[in-house]
Amino acid sequence: MDFDFTEEQRLLDETVRRLVKDEYDIAKRKSYMAAPDGFSRKLWDRYAELGLLGLPFAESEGGFGGSAVEIMIVMESFGRGLVVEPYLASIVLGGGLVSLAGSAAQKQAILPQVAAGKLLLAFAHGERQSRYALADVETTATKDGSGWMLSGHKGVVLNGDSADQLIVSARSAGGSRERNGIGLFLVDAKAKGVGVRGYPTVDGLRAAEVTLDGVRVGGDAVLGVADGAYPVIEHAVDRALAALAAEAVGIMETLNAATLDYLKTRKQFGVPIGSFQALQHRMADMVVEHEQSKSMAVLAALSADLADAAERRRVISAAKVQIGRSGRFVGQQSIQLHGGIGMTDEYLAGHYFKRLTMIDQSFGDADHHLDRFAEVTLSAG
Amino acid sequence: MELAYTAEEQAFREEVRSFIRDNLPADIQDKMLNGKKMGREDFLRWHRTLHKQGWVAPNWPEEHGGTGWTPVQRHIFEDESAEAGAPPVIPFGVTMCGPVIIRFGNDWQKQFFLPKILSAEHVWCQGFSEPGSGSDLASLRTKAVRDGDHYIVNGQKTWTTSAQFADWIFNLVRTDPGAKKQEGISFLLIDMKTPGITVRPIVTMDGGAEINEVFFDNVKVPAKNLVGEENKGWTYAKFLLGNERTGIARVGASKRELKQLKQIASSERDGGRPLIENPRFRDKVAALEVELMALEITNLRMIAAMRGGKGPGPESSILKIKGSDIQQRLTELAMEALGPYAMPFQREALEAGWNEEPIGPDYAAVAAPHYFNYRKVSIYGGSNEIQRNVISKMMLGL
Repeated sequence: MDFDFTEEQRLLDETVRRLVKDEYDIAKRKSYMAAPDGFSRKLWDRYAELGLLGLPFAESEGGFGGSAVEIMIVMESFGRGLVVEPYLASIVLGGGLVSLAGSAAQKQAILPQVAAGKLLLAFAHGERQSRYALADVETTATKDGSGWMLSGHKGVVLNGDSADQLIVSARSAGGSRERNGIGLFLVDAKAKGVGVRGYPTVDGLRAAEVTLDGVRVGGDAVLGVADGAYPVIEHAVDRALAALAAEAVGIMETLNAATLDYLKTRKQFGVPIGSFQALQHRMADMVVEHEQSKSMAVLAALSADLADAAERRRVISAAKVQIGRSGRFVGQQSIQLHGGIGMTDEYLAGHYFKRLTMIDQSFGDADHHLDRFAEVTLSAG
Repeated sequence: MELAYTAEEQAFREEVRSFIRDNLPADIQDKMLNGKKMGREDFLRWHRTLHKQGWVAPNWPEEHGGTGWTPVQRHIFEDESAEAGAPPVIPFGVTMCGPVIIRFGNDWQKQFFLPKILSAEHVWCQGFSEPGSGSDLASLRTKAVRDGDHYIVNGQKTWTTSAQFADWIFNLVRTDPGAKKQEGISFLLIDMKTPGITVRPIVTMDGGAEINEVFFDNVKVPAKNLVGEENKGWTYAKFLLGNERTGIARVGASKRELKQLKQIASSERDGGRPLIENPRFRDKVAALEVELMALEITNLRMIAAMRGGKGPGPESSILKIKGSDIQQRLTELAMEALGPYAMPFQREALEAGWNEEPIGPDYAAVAAPHYFNYRKVSIYGGSNEIQRNVISKMMLGL
């Protein structure tokens, strides 16, 4: 048993920690959010130079062959700084899908560009009615000569407004909510018939509503099999969930540090408010929740690419349940213990609280994943 | 023991209900029911309507323009108003400052201020909290120094709701820096137009700007604006905070929110079925409704006790703790119900007259901001930790 980083991982951790510490605070973050894409292109180039953008891709695909543990290291620090660049959307999800399902030619055409920071991807999957169900796809793909024609509406597409290429899920066969019959299609964001309505999200990121109105793509736009992409989607999303768990852990760490500092420095009734036992116990519980979350984020990272998909699903969902519940407690109590100052936009806690809250509602909340966990663990027979 | 309202009380409920139905402007009701931004004029239009009816100050004695209602009638009025989406009267004049002037003010203050509070010619805000004085309010440092017929006020107040549009502020100021902290405080009424007052809005994490910092830089206040005696302000403040407890359970508003939550959960889809049929979500809504039922009866029991002439005691802390918890859980579930569509930030959609196509359902824009904003309810008006101290000390003798 060994929970230590390798030498390379330790260096990566140090590098990203320092980068985030130097380049991020609430004021700088606001200036990045104000840019046209809602993030800093300059920082994106820095991430590329440091090799972060090619981290999870194989060396033969222009990457560095990193595992989910390396992604965890990056995302935990990104959580500490509340980073707004589209790492989850473009690298973990977009790049992840290409690397999991793409042909050698597709990987060669896309991944080196992504790793170099020259190409942004977004995963256009969720729909108005789908909530968290990954198989609930009503967007259609109909055969069009040797290619396909796509029609439908994709909702809350993370960083969909800055992406150069969208990876669109669409149904080529089967009824709504059936796992069979879903395909993944590479779509140029500027293609005819693609409508993108971008907007900020409540946690400071960007997303878009994407409409596909008879969009024509060639046969080479299909990632993998046109009616069998569900397992790939589930795997890529599980990786994203592991990444989100790490981000949440970084957020909780920062919130706890800020809250502890406040308890020690804020004086009322002539003493630091941290001298009150009711608040001490609350803070202690917040630390317990952070440690439990950290454990589950580690477990999720170590399980994100398990060959046994059922076991992968079980662990990832367990981690998301833990993160969702602990995150809610830590976030709410952090604001409560800060009092009025915690409510303000000027102070950091509210920003971390909002992101932590929305992480729970990304790719399935605690309830959704408790069901998914129970399905694997508790099925009869 | 009898839970049913008397025939008179039922008739009163009917009267209130039909009055609201006939007089509440549709645009105000729409803003209230859909969580849209309410401006000063929205609150005041309804305030003036209630004033015309003689219903604006149920908590005042009749000789000063009160209604003469029993505690049960007041509860019925609050309940009906909240459920119908009638805006609450801005509390700082009618609920807070008015009763202090009535009880402790001089004749000039009563004649000058009370009619203008009733008519809404004066809108008030509350100058209590300071950056260094939150839960420990008595440590406040804004000072007022007597200079002939005036006080010169210097200092800063914070978290001041409505200061951006208020005409007057009632301020706790330190007039005797040498005395024990509770004993050197006075209660001073200050015209917000006085030179030297600066109001700076505080943007909250939900993007709203309903609270402010208020700075006082050599502000000259006529000495006749002192309420009661110098250095007795803490007594008046405690009297005021005791009054603030009425309606603190927010049962009516929570009943309305629960109804809306059920509507949202019926519209939202989960696996092709209404979300309300998802057992996990359903259980959470049901459990919250049980809590709200209990709180409603707890609230009524306390109101019934007040009918015997007893003022609200430390038991009202129970109402604050449970009431705020329920309000927060309701916003939490409404946000959860939306799933990914809680994420789009559509601040402009909360402005009246916005008529672009919303992102997601039309009830989505308000959900997450409402949840973030409502973290305040367990902080303001005495944080829930302070409320638990009150229960421990005052009720339990611990």
